[in-house]
Amino acid sequence: MQISHKIALTGGGVLSAATALAAPATAQTLDVTLTLPRLSVAEYHRPYVAIWLEKEGAPARTLSVLYDVDKRNNGGVKWLRDIRMWWRASGRSLTLPADGISGATRAPGTHKLSFAAGKGGMPTLTPGKYTVVVEAARENGGRELVRVPLNVTATGGKGSATGKFELGAVNAILSR
Amino acid sequence: MTKFRKLLLLAAAFTLPQMAGAARPWMLPSETMFAGSGNEWLTVDAAISSDLYYFDHPGQDWQPVVTAPDGSTTQVENRAVGKLRQTFDLGIKSKGTYKIAITNAMLMGSYMLNGERKMLPRGTTPATLATAVPQGATDVQTATATTRIETFVTAGEPDRKVFTTTGKGLEMVPVTHPNDLAVGEAATFQFLLNGKPAAGLDVVAIPGGIRYRADLKQMDAKTDAQGKVTFTWPEAGMYWVSVSSGGRRGPGGEAPGTGSPQSQSAPEGSGSPRPMSPAQDRAIYAMTVEVQG
Repeated sequence: MQISHKIALTGGGVLSAATALAAPATAQTLDVTLTLPRLSVAEYHRPYVAIWLEKEGAPARTLSVLYDVDKRNNGGVKWLRDIRMWWRASGRSLTLPADGISGATRAPGTHKLSFAAGKGGMPTLTPGKYTVVVEAARENGGRELVRVPLNVTATGGKGSATGKFELGAVNAILSR
Repeated sequence: MTKFRKLLLLAAAFTLPQMAGAARPWMLPSETMFAGSGNEWLTVDAAISSDLYYFDHPGQDWQPVVTAPDGSTTQVENRAVGKLRQTFDLGIKSKGTYKIAITNAMLMGSYMLNGERKMLPRGTTPATLATAVPQGATDVQTATATTRIETFVTAGEPDRKVFTTTGKGLEMVPVTHPNDLAVGEAATFQFLLNGKPAAGLDVVAIPGGIRYRADLKQMDAKTDAQGKVTFTWPEAGMYWVSVSSGGRRGPGGEAPGTGSPQSQSAPEGSGSPRPMSPAQDRAIYAMTVEVQG
């Protein structure tokens, strides 16, 4: 957290001109809490999960993608396109692994992922309507996409949504 | 004359086996989205069928032509023509959009030889016309039947180098990239006929999986003055998008010179031979696109 503060304050170069102009002198943090349901199936593989940020009129920003990062020869990326909506929205334009974005798959349970503005794929958010999108794709299993509306004001914002099959509750809280 | 017109019609019907009727020509890619790691494989099925995408007609010995993302032509592997379909593989070695196309141009027509009208043999192409017409033949009449079947796949991000046109038959120029389609979003395609905007043509889009549903779910649109149509995709999956021009039958679509009841009842050999109404050129275009959702 200390590090992310420093980057947000001094790392103007990684921010776009628009966000840099509007960036207040405090760092934002987006906390995304998601639940991967425990499924009693004969063959279970941890899902590939992508989290990205959408705003109308702006390109999607990948915040995190969880996959088999440790496969030999970067072999895990072959199946990233199975996170199909993310692949179209953002994934196919990324080179992975990417610092601050790639991560290992997670076990069933509730996980909190924090994204500090200016670090990894997370921009500083100006007030407006955003959508945090979480998509989970499981090998020999299902695929589900949950869209969390996030109305950002000067004081932050929060939103939540729930999946039915491959994702449980998803919460997004932007604080500063 | 009348007899000849009937013959010409018959010939036209035979020259395009199953292609002008209800059966649909198509290619189906195993994937349309690739990571672009350089060592991935695509398999394509190619067939004619009435149900999309099932195999229920004889396999066709079509020659697929693949355009790689840099615009060069690249080879397919393991091409085999089976009883009900053709199949082949393609190595996806570079990033960008690949075009897989099957094109077919055939000539229908006839010529006069020693006072008799003879049909061009079935399977005559522009390249074989010179040898198909014997010495001394006069009044050679031809019409072209062009078929183009396409599909597209992309490794990494879509690009547009493969969408060059030839000016022959019906061709698709993307406004929306065919590998960038999603549920609920509108996609626009432009169609050209012999290089010019194909205005006023009927275009259909039908999702695959016809066999197990009651509703065909066909979407209909007509090209505007620029030859453009727009579809908004109601669900995810593979869609067959097709348009054709010329040689249509039925209400309002009768080709000129295809024999009105009046001319059919005219006595054989009556009057002097009138100039033939040339058979109409025909063109068919069909592509398979994947809609994400």
